[in-house]
Amino acid sequence: MFYIHCPYCDEYRDEEEFHPKGQAHIARPEDPESCTDDQWGAYLFFRDNPRGIHHELWVHAIGCRKFFNITRNSASYEILETYRMGEQPRFSAEHPEGKSVETVAAEKVAAEAGMVAGQEGVKA
Amino acid sequence: MSQSNQPNRLRQGGRIDRARTLSFTFNGKRYQGHAGDTLASALLANGVDLVNRSFKYSRPRGIVAAGAEEPNALVQLGSTEAAQVPNVRATQQALFEGLTAQSTNGWPNVQRDVMSLVGKLGGRFMPPGFYYKTFMAPASMWMTYEKYIRKGAGLGRSPMENDPDSYDHLNQHCELLVVGAGPAGLAAALTAARAGARVILCDEQEEMGGSLLASRELLDDQPAAQWAEQVISELAENDNVTLLPRTTANGYHDHNFVTLHERRTEHLGEAAPTVDGYRLTRSRMHRVRAGQVLLATGAHERPLVYGNNDVPGNLVAGAVSTYIRRYGVVPGNKLVLSVSNDHAYRAALDWDEAGREVVAIVDARRHPDGELVEQARARGIRIIEGSAVLEAKGDKRVSGARVATIDAAAFKVTGQAELLECDTIASSGGYSPVIHLASHTGARPTWDEEILGFVPSLVKGVHAAGSARGVHDLAEGLADGAAKATEALAALGKSASAIEPPRAETIREGEACALYQVPHEKPTLRAPKQFVDMQNDVTAAAIELATREGFESIEHVKRYTAMGFGTDQGKLGNINGMAIAARCLGRSIPEVGTTVFRPNYTPVTFGAIVGRHCRELFDPERYTALHQWHVENGAEFEDVGQWKRPWYFPRKVNGKLETMDEAVARESLAVRTGVGILDASTLGKIDIQGPDAREFLGRVYTNKWAKLAPGRVRYGLMCKDDGMLMDDGTTSCLGENHFLMTTTTGGAAGVMEWLELWHQTEWPELQVYFTSVTDHWATMTVTGPDARKLLSEITDIDLDREQFKFMDWRNGKVADVPARVFRISFTGELAYEINVQANYAMHVWKTLFEHGKKYDLTPYGTETMHVLRAEKGLIIAGQDTDGSVTPEDLGMFWAIGYDKPFSWIGKRALTRPDTARKDRKQFVGLKPVDPKVVLEEGAHIVVDKDQPIPMDMLGHVTSSYYSPNLESGFALAVIKGGRDRMGEKLYVPMPDGQAHEVEVVSPVFIDPKGERQHV
Amino acid sequence: MSDITYGKVATFNTHPDASIPKESPLSVAYNTGSVPAASSGSGILFKEQAFLGHLILRGGAIVLDEAVRKVLGISLPGQPLGLALDASGERSVQWLSPDEWLVIVPGGEELDVEQRLRDALGDAHYAIVDVSGGQTLISLEGEKVRELLMKSTSYDVHPSNFPVGKAVSVVFGKSSLILRRPSEERYELVLRRSFADYLYRWILDAGAEYGIGVQR
Repeated sequence: MFYIHCPYCDEYRDEEEFHPKGQAHIARPEDPESCTDDQWGAYLFFRDNPRGIHHELWVHAIGCRKFFNITRNSASYEILETYRMGEQPRFSAEHPEGKSVETVAAEKVAAEAGMVAGQEGVKA
Repeated sequence: MSQSNQPNRLRQGGRIDRARTLSFTFNGKRYQGHAGDTLASALLANGVDLVNRSFKYSRPRGIVAAGAEEPNALVQLGSTEAAQVPNVRATQQALFEGLTAQSTNGWPNVQRDVMSLVGKLGGRFMPPGFYYKTFMAPASMWMTYEKYIRKGAGLGRSPMENDPDSYDHLNQHCELLVVGAGPAGLAAALTAARAGARVILCDEQEEMGGSLLASRELLDDQPAAQWAEQVISELAENDNVTLLPRTTANGYHDHNFVTLHERRTEHLGEAAPTVDGYRLTRSRMHRVRAGQVLLATGAHERPLVYGNNDVPGNLVAGAVSTYIRRYGVVPGNKLVLSVSNDHAYRAALDWDEAGREVVAIVDARRHPDGELVEQARARGIRIIEGSAVLEAKGDKRVSGARVATIDAAAFKVTGQAELLECDTIASSGGYSPVIHLASHTGARPTWDEEILGFVPSLVKGVHAAGSARGVHDLAEGLADGAAKATEALAALGKSASAIEPPRAETIREGEACALYQVPHEKPTLRAPKQFVDMQNDVTAAAIELATREGFESIEHVKRYTAMGFGTDQGKLGNINGMAIAARCLGRSIPEVGTTVFRPNYTPVTFGAIVGRHCRELFDPERYTALHQWHVENGAEFEDVGQWKRPWYFPRKVNGKLETMDEAVARESLAVRTGVGILDASTLGKIDIQGPDAREFLGRVYTNKWAKLAPGRVRYGLMCKDDGMLMDDGTTSCLGENHFLMTTTTGGAAGVMEWLELWHQTEWPELQVYFTSVTDHWATMTVTGPDARKLLSEITDIDLDREQFKFMDWRNGKVADVPARVFRISFTGELAYEINVQANYAMHVWKTLFEHGKKYDLTPYGTETMHVLRAEKGLIIAGQDTDGSVTPEDLGMFWAIGYDKPFSWIGKRALTRPDTARKDRKQFVGLKPVDPKVVLEEGAHIVVDKDQPIPMDMLGHVTSSYYSPNLESGFALAVIKGGRDRMGEKLYVPMPDGQAHEVEVVSPVFIDPKGERQHV
Repeated sequence: MSDITYGKVATFNTHPDASIPKESPLSVAYNTGSVPAASSGSGILFKEQAFLGHLILRGGAIVLDEAVRKVLGISLPGQPLGLALDASGERSVQWLSPDEWLVIVPGGEELDVEQRLRDALGDAHYAIVDVSGGQTLISLEGEKVRELLMKSTSYDVHPSNFPVGKAVSVVFGKSSLILRRPSEERYELVLRRSFADYLYRWILDAGAEYGIGVQR
């Protein structure tokens, strides 16, 4: 039974308090009506199934009822991190040892800057 | 005292309480032992050699070991039927007064065994798969053979009566879990405890101390057991330490979750005692979540594999020492000891000190020269070098040992065999670290050539110390335990200093040699049986045959031969088996593969697994606020999820209770002609508030919500994004930004999670909150033509049909209690759903009945509810749909907002080619041509009833009932292209070969215009 | 009318004016189950505090904090799993999630508290929901309570992990509940109405070993 750190309650709880909800970072297409059948089918039905590092969506069902993501190794079952909705993982198949804290911080700044720029673009 | 009755009991020594004599019964005969004995030590004390028959060959078997690794002495406990416990190892069962045990195998009894004839019928050698190869032809006869073979072969039996005992679970948390309270475990626990850590120390034996309890060595110049006692008492006084003796760590699960099985009362009697009026729980499962785990599980001694090594009187060497030193029992008179190492010499020294004859020590090494070898020589014990026991002689007890010089590397007997007269052969082929728990994590162990054994590979958070990782020397093991504890705590960010271990004398030991199977003059296949796994009756010949038949991986050999199966889990045999396979295949042991051990380490009683999750606590039962009324008024209940819902309310008619059909006929007529009442409190209810609540509803429901005004109610369909219906229900507008959503009873939790999923992951910008109010409100549905008359008597709400229309809601008082009343209908009749705060529900319900008497207000249950809604063609999500049905398949086009601005969940999928197919299964009604027929739900529907199997299936029946209103059976179904088949005659074939003829009709059977609910 | 519309949201006074018999979620258990009497030897005392006012409060912590302090005189526990009580100990606010709190007040106060909070919150985005009929509060006292909890939940109830001022939603038996630590001597459980009977039977069964007694 997994021991999962809920990033909202900020402590470890037994797996029985959580529900797994499948692969993480599957965003619903912005405009479903403009998707081709293939694109919509890929969104609905196609998921990764790697042996190794994988990102999963879970919910702390008996607890704070918040959804969050887990980076988990599907072979060893080791949970490398949990992170809130909207955050990006430090660990991934490309970065099994984890990106440095500095890199993560820099990426966050860049992403926020991008959002600001995007908003300005809309205004313009 | 009854020493004289116990021929093998020594006059002194051991940790037993000689002042307390205990009587026990084994295979119907009474014996005596002492407090502190195990059943095994007591049997050996009484000279009982034959304790079982073997699983496959029915060979006589005796006690081999002194602990969990015992393969033969499996017994069935219990003097009464209810007290039966199968598969107990006599070596792990403490003796208590009145203990009653039987051999697990052996029919009609262990001395005279029918199955041994089968063994002989099968010839000298029963190969793997013998039973199948021999008895499976003709296949029809297997049923006949099986009954007797199973009876003869079984591994114990379950009790046929209820277990009077209770069991429970305890959830534990600690920083360090130490498994095993031998030298390494005690040193580790003490180190962690002194550092202030939360520690759990468990040990499977009756007494903590492990090998120290039977050790020859001194610690700080005192007997080792004394040091153990001091440590244990220090630990017992520490509030942060939990000591669990008689507790086996049986399973190591993900993320340092370890299940421990504590036998709390098994040593006291066959039923748990009562203390202060409370009967203690018999055993307990500790569910431990540990920060770090330290495995100090010790090692199992490997017996050598030689001919007839299973005849009673063959033991592992260490067990001989344990019986002598710990229990004061010497299990024979004349010992031959066959070894590959120095450590095992202790058995001969102990035997000699017990005053019995050591015939010889047969050492496979050419020039053994360690300290213990010198001691044995000094005592004049004969040491036969470069040799091994080739074969034991004897039938029900060893009578001799054939010994010869061997070339272990060449697997050859090199000398002339000599027959030594003896009654006991003890052997030692080395020591296998107990790596079972580490292996449960999935980590493959690694072969250590230096210790000739597998050592555990450790996943994160696991540590091993002492013999469990091949550190067999006492002084080194103590230091290792302390050191590993500091490492474990350091992993938690906690500093600890290792305890100063007690001073232990170092005994110089010579190098051991690798010896597993002893060669015989004859080839393995023709030599006397050389057992590898005694519990599963697997011989060296079986393994050799398996390799010849092409099984090369040890995992395959294991499955073909059954080696290490079942409760044995290869404790004594697996390494020997792998060594034999390696020899046959000409490879090294690690090349043959590593072995995997699985939970549980030793059998766990079902009681401990179940805990208190049984009987009325097996699963939660959810009750509505009106539950007691239902019980008092004779309701039969139906399980709907965890809810207990009234199914129907049978009345007594002419002194006889109605059947369900009779009650449902009466209840449904009452609703259609008078007035009925249903407890609908189980429906899920979700309060939705926020400026974007309306927008959110528009996205998760298929239909439109933009214009629903306060005071109005609307029915909605909820789909997944694949376009398939997931739930349905009504949602009421309580205020411009405030809604009350209802869900199906079973869908409540899922819908709540679904709303949160979309809000949290896709649309966090929408300002809306969802809160479950399912339990806050009690809901009572009053329905039928007389509903208005009845309700008007006890409410201040204006029920005028123009003022309070169908799909309106109003608030006011009902029976003086503030209520929200919803005019919605799941029956097709005039209906009011009254919602009050649940604490007041019983008063309102009873008041309705006081006033309802004159209308014959009829309570109805879920069965009548189903009939009434089906007559109206109203679906139940999850019954008429199964995750493959779209709103279009249901024909509910009126509830699909094709032109809503937002592409709501499920919309895009409706135009996928598969979802838009014309021949999809569509929702229709079915009317059997014979009105007496009630179709079976789930039955398939075909065009041609005479088509040979496999028939072309058009669809299936989703709901089917008898309707007293229609005076006919009727059904709902999904049928390919069903809407274009109205009026067609189809068939529903049944398993008995009949086929019912049905007509495809509209799913709405009653009041298709919906006039009745609008009155 | 029982509904009072606050802007675009309806509040509802659930309580009748007349004296109407009420039934707590434990009524079935009391009426049909066993109710062991409390005695001096009881290692655990079980006491229901029935008919309290329970409100779910949703919104941003900063927005809600000021209103809660104004209305209840309690600072909103902003840290996860926090539980705060007023000086009398009769009113409490518990963290349930980053945007959700449970407010428990003496029975009958809930509508007044809700309306005063709504007054204080004005146009902010928040939600307040009365759930008083759907749950009940149990207090457990006695030296064996911790062991009973260990039998029932996998949550670590050791004082080092579960000190006074903490409250958690946990699996309990095969159901779930809210577990609170308002003071050294007392633990509290918040049970959902429909599960109350099962949980009551579970607690009695697990507590039998310690001579659990029910105070009524």
